[in-house]
Amino acid sequence: METSLPTHSDNHAAHHGPAKGIKRWLFTTNHKDIGTLYLWFAFIMFLTGGAMAMVIRAELFQPGLQIVEPHFFNQMTTVHGLIMVFGAVMPAFTGLANWLIPLMIGAPDMALPRMNNLSFWILPFAFLILLMSLFMEGGGPAFGWTFYAPLSTTYSGDSTALFVFSVHIMGISSIMGAINVIVTIFNMRAPGMTWMKLPLFVWTWFITAYLLIAVMPVLAGAVTMVLTDKYFGTSFFSAAGGGDPVLFQHIFWFFGHPEVYIMILPAFGIISAIVPTFSRKKLFGYSSMVYATASIAFLSFIVWAHHMFTTGMPVAAELFFMYCTMLISVPTGVKVFNWVATMWRGSISFEVPMMFAIAFIILFTFGGFSGLMLAITPVDFQYHDTYFVVAHFHYVLVTGAIFSLIAATYYWLPKWTGVMYDNKLAKWHFWCSLISVNVLFFPMHFVGLAGMPRRIPDYSIQFADWNQIISLGGFAFGLSQLIFLALLIKACRKKGEPVPAKVWDGAEGLEWDLPSPTPYHTFSTPPKIK
Amino acid sequence: MTEPNTSNAVLVKKLVLAVVCMFGFGFALVPLYDVFCDLTGINGRQINRVDASQTQLIDKSRLVKVEFATFTGQLSGWRFEAVEPFVSVNPGQMKAVKFRLVNLNKDTANIQAIPSVSPGTAGLYLNKLECFCFEQQLINPSSETEFVMQFFIDTALPKNIKVMTLAYTLFEVENQAVVYPAQEQNNDRS
Amino acid sequence: MLIKTKHLLNILLLVFCFPLAASETATSSINLREGVTDISHQVYDLHMTIFYICCVIGLVVFGVMIYSMIFHRKSRGAKAANFHESLKVEIAWTVVPFVILIGMAIPATKTLIAMEDADESDLTIIVTGSQWKWHYEYQGHDIDFYSLLATPEQQRSGQWIKGDTYLLDVDRPLILPINKKVRFLMTSDDVIHSWWVPDFAVKKDANPGFINEAWTKINEVGTYRGQCAELCGKDHGFMPVVVEAVSEADFENWLLSEKDKILQAKAEEQKWLAMNMSKDELMLEGQQVYTAYCAACHQANGQGLPGAFPALLGSPYVTGPVDKHIEIVLNGKSGTSMQAFAKQLSLKQIAAVVTYERNAWGQNSGDLIQPKDVNQIVKSGL
Repeated sequence: METSLPTHSDNHAAHHGPAKGIKRWLFTTNHKDIGTLYLWFAFIMFLTGGAMAMVIRAELFQPGLQIVEPHFFNQMTTVHGLIMVFGAVMPAFTGLANWLIPLMIGAPDMALPRMNNLSFWILPFAFLILLMSLFMEGGGPAFGWTFYAPLSTTYSGDSTALFVFSVHIMGISSIMGAINVIVTIFNMRAPGMTWMKLPLFVWTWFITAYLLIAVMPVLAGAVTMVLTDKYFGTSFFSAAGGGDPVLFQHIFWFFGHPEVYIMILPAFGIISAIVPTFSRKKLFGYSSMVYATASIAFLSFIVWAHHMFTTGMPVAAELFFMYCTMLISVPTGVKVFNWVATMWRGSISFEVPMMFAIAFIILFTFGGFSGLMLAITPVDFQYHDTYFVVAHFHYVLVTGAIFSLIAATYYWLPKWTGVMYDNKLAKWHFWCSLISVNVLFFPMHFVGLAGMPRRIPDYSIQFADWNQIISLGGFAFGLSQLIFLALLIKACRKKGEPVPAKVWDGAEGLEWDLPSPTPYHTFSTPPKIK
Repeated sequence: MTEPNTSNAVLVKKLVLAVVCMFGFGFALVPLYDVFCDLTGINGRQINRVDASQTQLIDKSRLVKVEFATFTGQLSGWRFEAVEPFVSVNPGQMKAVKFRLVNLNKDTANIQAIPSVSPGTAGLYLNKLECFCFEQQLINPSSETEFVMQFFIDTALPKNIKVMTLAYTLFEVENQAVVYPAQEQNNDRS
Repeated sequence: MLIKTKHLLNILLLVFCFPLAASETATSSINLREGVTDISHQVYDLHMTIFYICCVIGLVVFGVMIYSMIFHRKSRGAKAANFHESLKVEIAWTVVPFVILIGMAIPATKTLIAMEDADESDLTIIVTGSQWKWHYEYQGHDIDFYSLLATPEQQRSGQWIKGDTYLLDVDRPLILPINKKVRFLMTSDDVIHSWWVPDFAVKKDANPGFINEAWTKINEVGTYRGQCAELCGKDHGFMPVVVEAVSEADFENWLLSEKDKILQAKAEEQKWLAMNMSKDELMLEGQQVYTAYCAACHQANGQGLPGAFPALLGSPYVTGPVDKHIEIVLNGKSGTSMQAFAKQLSLKQIAAVVTYERNAWGQNSGDLIQPKDVNQIVKSGL
């Protein structure tokens, strides 16, 4: 598959469009089709994981056990986390990479189109296995998405085997996607598209892909060890046989912390594309953005143990991880400052993608602030495993990663479909989401600080008022996403005003030179780069 | 298209190699962790097993209190205790302490005691010459066994550590084939 | 225009409601509590300092952003400037945050080092977590007990009104003296738990097979409540921590009375061994013990949770020979969540719960198990 040079297949395929019917999607090697598949899959998973969040919030609507049993509640939190991380955010970014990287670097397709097809089509099976495990006797995985041993080994049900298998498939899919991105960016850039001319989305994805290659295999190792500990008598994580349960956490977070950046670096790339467009001004500090991304990626490998301050580390180790973690706020700050400086003395207009991008900058920064607070070890002892942490990572992942994905969709969707989406619906979607997401996640800071632990199905009455508000926000946020669904269906049916090639007047980049909608095959002959 | 410096095939091979290496690295973290623990004292799980040739001069200027804690974990029908709940020793001073283990059950059991030291960094300076935790112990039913543990505190022990706790947790090992015996490490720092 | 103003309002609201919220007092339901130890006060101060620093940074950054959103709008006729880099500015906003970070790191380091120094304590408590209860042992005092959730099942299921300490009540709280340095040694019998009392700013994981330590020195008499803070399975939400801090004199008295009680209990046990309990007595006590210790997994109706926790109703242990039944309750089943209750329950309680399990839920085996029967099984091991 490595030898299928794009120029070769291109001339051939340029004569006919996509195949008809289901076969088009099953056998497609076209980066746009695969991108679309990834994006729809991610959206379906987002709704599925969201439905589980609704179960969680319904149970937590008031104190007492009303709707689900604690054991099922734990399955919901676990599978919600797994689906959102591996099923929604990561595939959505891969979908965008598929759609946009070839367009942005002037390539006809991804470098490895058949592997691309495979990496998508194994994904639905991974999640099918995971979801089906919920219906097993004894239920699905109930040990949290972090599957700490020995809860996930000695004390877990037999669904663990399915969980492990499913994570393996997700990992293989991500790794194949990452290889594809790297090879494409290395070898498929149009003549004159030098490294420092690459759009930031391409840069951030390039670095993300390396992170994926570095840490997804470690995750695969971790789940394999869980499997052998549970079924084959090894004792990696069991003290009885000379292992150590804390070792599991080290391995998991060695994967887990870079994973956090895997989910946010491409978002930085998206925001760095949208903010200049609607400020009608070049991105401030392009090269410092690239270096900041690289340093965040580097730092992400030496901060993992800040997730484990309470496990009982020596003071020296706690200090080391505290300092490194605090350091991450410097390059992250640089990014936020650069975006603000890009807006400064621009000519700003507020189209829907820009609205989401501005919401991203502000709310992601909130997540950054709580992240900085969490980095301070002595105070982390109070925050650790409370709703404060839940608030923190939902600010970073929902109003961060998810908002950037929504912004990207509103930004590039007209380019993909050739029609402008329903702007009125989009504004409804924005305002409903913005308000409800804050009603949902902001009070979580309060209950967390007041002492509510995370992952509990029932809570003391002192937390009741805020939890009710949080749940209402949750239901509203969930419903708001149905507006998005309606809008997307409408747009995909091409209902709306046709748009010109350059959809946004301030937009820059190769993709905006292509006609709208983007033809099935693009850049069969490489473009000229200024 | 820019002339690729490396062909797709070569690049893919390199990346796949990187993936394989990182998968291996995941497993390599297991022994690396032990080394790391040995260096930093994470979890106080390391045992410095020394022999008589490594003894040190006694540092009479200070006393260190070594407390013993015993846990039977999930086992039932066992009594496990340190004969003396604590001892005070000079760093470098050889000391032998006794632990008593009573099996109240009707079955023979294969027991492994897992040591842990707190504060974790103190574990770096606890040198053992003899310990029942070095290997699994086959315990007869309805029996009482006394074990001797011989140790000395390294004279390099930081001055601010005046008390340390050595805990043992008992586990029953069902299959004798322990795949991964990471606990015992020789340490010849002295 | 309207929409834009709303947007601004929303942002302003968000930025300002956090400081407002934080200005409330220690009993606040929206902020960290100051707690009752010197360390917890330091932690609280650190928390507030960092929070205010974040607020100031936020005000500056969002202020600049909002200013340009208002004044550099296209609809106002703003023309885009041409600059897109400035080495000076970029160096400034790399260096300034770095300096701020150093300013934060210094007090944090001091507090952390103080928190981790558990040396020279006056009293040591060995805290052992297990699914889903805490066990406390007063080192060197021969006192140890389990501490279980005491909130009645009827409150959880909504039949009764929930009390003020709903889910934060235990049958036996940990009694500690004030003004003494108390060291905690944490470990676990099964999965990882985490012992947390917010008022002490103490949270430490209890890892199976390993010990961890933490310490506190309580300044005020009172009852302090916390919860397990590491997902430990089904009833993770139902293993609270309650500490009752008493004066030093009261603590000494409590130690003495506790030792007395232990002697009495031993005498009582001898008495029970000599007599036979009636079925009603056994069933009544059995039900209480069952609800507190067994129902979490095997469920109040004895039907368990298929695949996760086996049913007792119809189980060969319950319908088969009594000896096997008593044995599994005493010794547990290794590698599963079935714990060894010999350590946790008295002979009388075990006799009662075994009787209950054999006669409840419509069964009527008529088996009556007496404390002496249990004692015989315990003894026969020797």
